[in-house]
Amino acid sequence: MSESRKLTRRQVLKGAAAAGALGILGNLEWIGQVWGASDKVKMGFIFVGPRDDYGYNQAHFEGKAAVAKLDWVKAFDEEKVPETIEVQKTMESMVKLDGAQVLFPTSFGYFDPHILKVAPQHPNILFLHCGGLYQDGKHPKNVGSYFGYIDESQYVAGIVAGGMSKSGKLGFVAAKPIPQVLRNVNNYTLGARSIKPNTTVNVIFTGDWSMPVREAEATNSLVDQGIDVITCHVDSPKVVVTTAEKRGVYCTGYHCNQSKLAPKGYLTGAEWNWAKVYMNYADMIRKGQAVPHLVRGGLKEGIVKVSDYNRVVTEAVRKQADTAKDKFMSGGMVVYKGPIKDNTGRIVIAAGKEHVQTDIWLESMDWLVEGVIGSTKS
Amino acid sequence: MEAGWWGVLIAVLGGAIRIGTPFLFVSLGECLTEKSGRINLGLEGTLVMGAMTGYAVSLHSGSPWLGVLCAGLAGMMLGALHSWLCSFQRVNDIAVGIAMMLFGTGLAFFLGKPYIQPSAPQLPSIDLGGWSDIPQLKAALQINALFLVGIAMAIALGWMLNNTAWGLKVRVVGENADAARALGLPVDRIRILSTAQGGFLAGIGGSYLSLYYPFNWSEGLSSGQGLMAVALVIFARWQPLWCLWVSLLWGGAAALGPSLQSVGITGGYYIFNAIPYIMTLAVMIITCSPRRTLVGVPHELTVTR
Repeated sequence: MSESRKLTRRQVLKGAAAAGALGILGNLEWIGQVWGASDKVKMGFIFVGPRDDYGYNQAHFEGKAAVAKLDWVKAFDEEKVPETIEVQKTMESMVKLDGAQVLFPTSFGYFDPHILKVAPQHPNILFLHCGGLYQDGKHPKNVGSYFGYIDESQYVAGIVAGGMSKSGKLGFVAAKPIPQVLRNVNNYTLGARSIKPNTTVNVIFTGDWSMPVREAEATNSLVDQGIDVITCHVDSPKVVVTTAEKRGVYCTGYHCNQSKLAPKGYLTGAEWNWAKVYMNYADMIRKGQAVPHLVRGGLKEGIVKVSDYNRVVTEAVRKQADTAKDKFMSGGMVVYKGPIKDNTGRIVIAAGKEHVQTDIWLESMDWLVEGVIGSTKS
Repeated sequence: MEAGWWGVLIAVLGGAIRIGTPFLFVSLGECLTEKSGRINLGLEGTLVMGAMTGYAVSLHSGSPWLGVLCAGLAGMMLGALHSWLCSFQRVNDIAVGIAMMLFGTGLAFFLGKPYIQPSAPQLPSIDLGGWSDIPQLKAALQINALFLVGIAMAIALGWMLNNTAWGLKVRVVGENADAARALGLPVDRIRILSTAQGGFLAGIGGSYLSLYYPFNWSEGLSSGQGLMAVALVIFARWQPLWCLWVSLLWGGAAALGPSLQSVGITGGYYIFNAIPYIMTLAVMIITCSPRRTLVGVPHELTVTR
C-alpha cells in the first residue's frame, strides 16, 4: 500500500521535473540531443563497495576519476550502496538533485529489479549497467549495458605465470564457480598450457566474494603444495597478493594494478580499463550520437588491459605473452578452439569447432579445462 | 618442494595458530566477562573496532605495537559502555550486546573508510621453525608474539580466577549477586571492570586480524569470530585454559577446507568450510544432558537464571 502511494508521489515529482526540463530545453530526448558548449555532461556512478578496495570498485572509480578530469564533464559517485531499495533511492537522488543525465550503477545485482524499476520513470535519462544483462525488446529503451572480456587479459597473464613458474604448478583462489570465474580460470590455464603443455592450475573456491581469512589460508596451502605463481578472482585481491609476497612466491593480479602491494612478486595482472568506456560514453553523449545498448570488448577495444610486466619477467616470456596480446589486438585470436577436453576427460569442444569471444555459449560455462585441479561441484 | 598430504597436516597446524589466535583473545575476554555474570554479545563489534583502530594507529604512528595497545583501549571503552548500560535496572545484557555489536561494526566502518587502501606496518613474526629444513613447516611455525601472549594470558587468567582474592570476587559476583552484595562487594563496579577488561582482550584480537593475519583492513575482515567466541566459551566450560585448546581446534578446523582443496579433494568444499560450525553443534549435542546443568556455568548469567 505505502509502496504504491510512494510511487505516485514520485511520479508527480517526475512530472514536475519533466515539465521544467521541457520549458528550458524543448523536446528533450536522450538520443540525438546536442549539448551546447557550456553544458556539461553529468554522469553519476554507483559502487557496491568502497572506492579504494584494490579491486572491482576501485577499477570503476579510476574510470570515473578519469572522465571527471574532462572540463566538460561533471561526474559524481556514491560508494557502498547495497543491492537493495537503497540503490533505487541513490539513483532517484542522482537524477533529481544532481541532475544526472546518465547513470552507471556498476554492480551486477543493481539491474533486476532496481534499474528496471527506476528507469521507466525517467525516460530521458540513460541507465548503463555493468554486467551485460540487457536484452533488446525486453528491457526499457533507456537502459543499456557494458562489459569487458577480461579473460583475454587472464590468458596473457597465464602465459606470463606459466613461463615464470619453475614447478609448472599455478594456483587460483576463486570465490564461486560461476561462468565468469570459470572463464577466467580456464583462460589462465589455456594461456599457461599454450607455452608449457604440462602446467597445472590448482583452483581453490572460498565460497564467497570477500573472505579474507580463507583467502589467506588458501594462498598458504597452495604455496605449501609447491605452487609458485598464484592469482585470484575475488572482490579484493589485496590479501592474496600480500600473502603470496610474504611467502616469497610470484602472483598475478586482478581487477586493477596491485604491483605496489607486491613489488617483488607481482608479475603482471588482468585489469579493467573503464576509463576508456566512460570516455567513449561521455563523448557520444556530448556529440549527440545514439548510444548503443550493448558495449562489449576486450584488449582490442581497450576495455581491459594487462599490467606492465615486472622487471623479473624474462625476455623470452615477455615475447610469448606479447605475441598472444598482439593476436588479441588484431582480433585474430580464438581461445576456445577444439579439440578441448575438460578436466574429467570429456570432450567439450570437438576438433575443428571454435567458439569466438562473443559466442553466447561461453557465457554459460560450467566446466574446467584439462589441467585444472578442482571441481565446479560444491 | 611439494608437501602432498603432509600439507593438510601442516596447514591445520599452522591454521590452528594463525586463525586460532584472535579466537583465543576474544574467548578469554568473553570468559572473564561471563565469569562476572554478564554476557557481552557485542564482542563482534569490539573485534571489528579493534581491527580498525589497530590498523589506523599503526599506519599513522608507524608502530604496529602501539596499534595493538590502542585497539585494546578502544575495545575497553566499548566494553565499559556495555557494562555501564547494563548496570541500570532491568536492562537486558543480551539486547545491549546486540546493539553494541551493530554500533561497534558501524562505527568501525564509518571511521575506517580512509584505511582500506593504504598499507600499514605489519606486526613482526617470530621464527620457531628454525630447527626444521622443511620450508612448509618453517612457514607454519612463523608465529606472532601475540600468540605467546595469549597462551600466557590463558594460564594467568585461569590461575587468577581460581587462586586470588580478585578472582574470588569476580566468581562470587557471577555466581550469586545477592551473596556478593551481602559480603559488601561492589557488584556493578566488578562487572564493569571485568567487561572492560574483556573488551580490551577482544580489541587486541581484532588488531591481530588487521595487523598480522590476514593483515588487511576491510569491511569483510571479520567472519563472525566475535560471535563464535561466545559459543567457544560455553564449549570451553568457562575455563581459560580450555579456551586455548578450543581456539586452536577451531583455527585448525577452519584451515581444513582450503587445504583439502589444495591436495585435490575438490568436492564438498562448502561442507568442509562449515566444519567449525558443525563441530560446535556436535559438541553441544553430545555434552548436553537433561539431568544436570552445564558444569562451570556462572549462575548469574541471564541465560541460566
